[in-house]
Amino acid sequence: MVEGRILKVSGPLVIAQGMREANMFDVVRVGEQRLIGEIIEMHGDRASIQVYEETAGLGRGDRVTSTGAPLSVELGPGLITSIYDGIQRPLEAIFKKYGANIQRGIDEPALDREKEWFFTPAVSYGQEVVGGDVYGYVEETPVIRHKIMVPPGKEGRIAEIHAGKFTVTAPIGKLQLEDGRIEPITLMQKWPVRISRPYREKLPPVEPLISGQRVIDALFPLAKGGTACVPGPFGSGKTVVQHQLAKWSDVDLVVYIGCGERGNEMTDVLREFPELTDPKTGRSLMDRTILIANTSDMPVAAREASVYTGITIAEYYRDMGLSVAVIADSTSRWAEALREMSGRLEEMPGEEGYPAYLTSRLAQFYERAGKVTCLGSDGRIGTLSAIGAVSPQGGDISEPVTQATLRIVKVFWGLDSTLAYRRHFPAINWLNSYSLYRDRLNDWFSENVAKDWMPKTNELARILQQESELQEIVKLVGADALSPADRMTMETAQSIREDFLQQNAFDGDDSYTALPKMYALMNLIFSFDKKARLAIEEGADVADIAALPVRERIGRAKAVPVRDYAQTYAEIEAQIDTELSALTQGGAQ
Amino acid sequence: MIREYKTIEEVAGPLMLVKQVDGVKYDELGEIELPSGEVRRCRVLEVDGRNVLVQLFDSAAGLNLAESRVRFMGHGVELAVSESMLGRVMNGMGKPIDKGVAMPQEKTLDINGTPINPAARFYPSEFIETGISTIDGLNTLVRGQKLPIFSGSGLPHANLAAQIARQAKVRGTDERFAVVFAAIGITFEEADFFISDFKKTGAIDRTVLFINLASDPAIERITTPRMALTAAEYLAFECDMHVLVIMTDITNYAEALREVSAARKEVPGRRGYPGYLYTDLATMYERAGRKAGSNGSITMIPILSMPEDDKTHPIPDLTGYITEGQIILSRELYRKGYLPPVDVLPSLSRLKDKGIGAGKTREDHAGTMNQLFSSYARGKEAKELMVVLGEAALTPIDRLYAKFADAFEAEYVSQGFYESRTIEQTLDLGWKLLSILPKSELKRIKPELVAKYYPKD
Repeated sequence: MVEGRILKVSGPLVIAQGMREANMFDVVRVGEQRLIGEIIEMHGDRASIQVYEETAGLGRGDRVTSTGAPLSVELGPGLITSIYDGIQRPLEAIFKKYGANIQRGIDEPALDREKEWFFTPAVSYGQEVVGGDVYGYVEETPVIRHKIMVPPGKEGRIAEIHAGKFTVTAPIGKLQLEDGRIEPITLMQKWPVRISRPYREKLPPVEPLISGQRVIDALFPLAKGGTACVPGPFGSGKTVVQHQLAKWSDVDLVVYIGCGERGNEMTDVLREFPELTDPKTGRSLMDRTILIANTSDMPVAAREASVYTGITIAEYYRDMGLSVAVIADSTSRWAEALREMSGRLEEMPGEEGYPAYLTSRLAQFYERAGKVTCLGSDGRIGTLSAIGAVSPQGGDISEPVTQATLRIVKVFWGLDSTLAYRRHFPAINWLNSYSLYRDRLNDWFSENVAKDWMPKTNELARILQQESELQEIVKLVGADALSPADRMTMETAQSIREDFLQQNAFDGDDSYTALPKMYALMNLIFSFDKKARLAIEEGADVADIAALPVRERIGRAKAVPVRDYAQTYAEIEAQIDTELSALTQGGAQ
Repeated sequence: MIREYKTIEEVAGPLMLVKQVDGVKYDELGEIELPSGEVRRCRVLEVDGRNVLVQLFDSAAGLNLAESRVRFMGHGVELAVSESMLGRVMNGMGKPIDKGVAMPQEKTLDINGTPINPAARFYPSEFIETGISTIDGLNTLVRGQKLPIFSGSGLPHANLAAQIARQAKVRGTDERFAVVFAAIGITFEEADFFISDFKKTGAIDRTVLFINLASDPAIERITTPRMALTAAEYLAFECDMHVLVIMTDITNYAEALREVSAARKEVPGRRGYPGYLYTDLATMYERAGRKAGSNGSITMIPILSMPEDDKTHPIPDLTGYITEGQIILSRELYRKGYLPPVDVLPSLSRLKDKGIGAGKTREDHAGTMNQLFSSYARGKEAKELMVVLGEAALTPIDRLYAKFADAFEAEYVSQGFYESRTIEQTLDLGWKLLSILPKSELKRIKPELVAKYYPKD
């Protein structure tokens, strides 16, 4: 074991000498309190160490010891429903053991060492296995069947395997390696966070990640295995969008990384998710959620590590053949942590003081997403989708983090503060947001929802675009100058905005919209538009059409419970007919 | 063992380099004894071999390199706390300056605190009635929230903060509460306004004041808010009190931070503020909240003046990313004489949804709130259009919205600094104003609630 002495302390950066034998990226323990740190630079026998805990009280000559291993996460049953800090320390267990505030130098294993899991083998004695093959199963939560897998790179023959109850560290069997050595098999494995877990092959994503959010699914869909970012100034509803995605995405597992954000937001997730049911499985949402919380008041270096911790855990579940979503809120805070460490290392800064390697680090993170054929002989397919919030300073998306992110991700949900002021939520700007997956997902939507899903959603976008052009005219010469057809377009666009795109995250029936209902709602709005245009040709006045009582019912149609919508929408459709025909007949008389 | 050194090598701005020291720790508190016997305080910013870089809290005037001695105290900056702090006035370093009796010390606490474990937090959800319509009705404050006031020079943020301190209460409870007030680099007059207001209402006996005036050492401002928060944490989490923390003005704090950062020649972020400004502010703001093991709470109202009223300036911008909403003051409303001039549309309380509704305020609260927001936004747009094109260019419904917007500002926003409205009065006033619009426009409110509350005439 390498042991050195502290030479310099400057905030989260510690320089120790006598470390020539240590490896880059080794985890080290610093000082009497054995604070956790990581070597990030070596100069001769001096190691620069970023310390994941508050460094007050450290001084020259304090002892630094290397553990000889890189920063790793523990992977095994018990991850789901847990809340961890940025370096995978279990916050719930720490709270029970050490009280409500996080003390320094706490050493708690990430996975509960006492808890026993029932293991069912899927292999038998003598069987040849390779990395990624499944030893057997543990029912981790009612919705997730945890595959205990052969760690990547391992290969051999099963020398022993048992069914029964085991703790994560107890041997469940033995593996005879090719060179004859025999290793115990445990439920738990470890993996270094800065290295992506291997897979056999990457595949293009062609299936949408259904979020139940109308503006997302209809206009800017994300693919399973895809990447998206949500930039927006404060108060524009970034966190609500992220929470909605974490709640309603039709994935098997969500890893939510609170990276340098508010403590209360993590508490909210922690208290609220167990109460909510997953529309897909009918079970508690917490049964498919893992939280990584490194709030803004927790040490900045651990914030840098938190996104890697999160995505490594997500990759592990992807390797089981599950669809996983990683939601990181917010990548800007992560970039700031990079900037702070870079400043302390006295590196030459790039734009706005961010290090020159900001873009490549961001790219590495997002590139760990994807749809893959997993390791193992069964060729199972897993997806990992990555969604990152970005908090641009002053809401100005020309800043480096947003720009670097936009070069990588394929979906951009741009949040707009003027929409937020009007309480138009989700405040995703329909004019500048985009999704590069739309064409790829076309086939899936036309097969699984409706043949004309794509043309219909294109029509939505077209009308909204037209509205913004017409608005320019209205601003110059007033609404009276528009032709009746154009005025109807304005009316329909308003209806799309208010009755379709706006969605109340806090309303039980509106918070999540299934695709068939979404399609029906879209049709309802188009149907009114079409019929109203016919009425206009027959002489009806746009102002009268706009004032029809049925408009209010269309406005409330989105909040109709999912079991009633077919009937209610048919009623509304009928009401549209009666009211419009009354109008044209009235006009004819 | 306290060691003394006479090896000061350099003094530049707020920084000082001491050589040939042993066993000095990062973030340790030091005392500098001048030849005159005067003692000043400093803090270790960096340990580099046997050299330490320290930050002075006072000015360096009169400091003599050859004769001054530095002592390192073996601990960080601390505050002695006890319940008898209530009613006392202290300086920015936590020393009593009110000529009162010496304070009994129950314990001393490190002013940096420790982060609250998110697993141990309670989500703030208890409605605080401030008696101010724009806050209670639209940007509801809850216990344990951090809600800053974004203001500008010349705007009455002090009056608003004092009004909140005076009127705020949680209904149906009779728990102990306290105010902790931190004056950070503000003028004597502004500090005096708060103190005399607290005296007038008798609140002074439940208030702890930490005063760093504009004339006091600038670097001391870095510790002032942390002193206040340490006192607040003690009162809230150890004495089970509900503490309201008012800190003014955070802009002065950030400037002190920038001064130190510039002296250290650190790579600056935007506008010369250090890259760690976000993290630094967060370690203060995040100390608000409620947590397991205590019945108390810390509700925080930081006040900051936005240079040039610019919300994208780094200080308000980073604050907005950390705090749970913001109350923004509007110069336009102030000129119109509408007090408190809360700019409703960009103001926000993120925690309102958990604090309102049936059982907490009233069932129609959420719906009317959203409706008032969107109707006011549309009304303001209509008014802008009216300025360009004249009233005739508006559709009849937009004319109603314009009328609504005017009435909303004149009646709902404008209430003065000394009127306290109950939440029912605020909600009823909202309905009265919404009745300017036809029922069919109230799409954000559930039909059954419209039927129940829409005023019948």
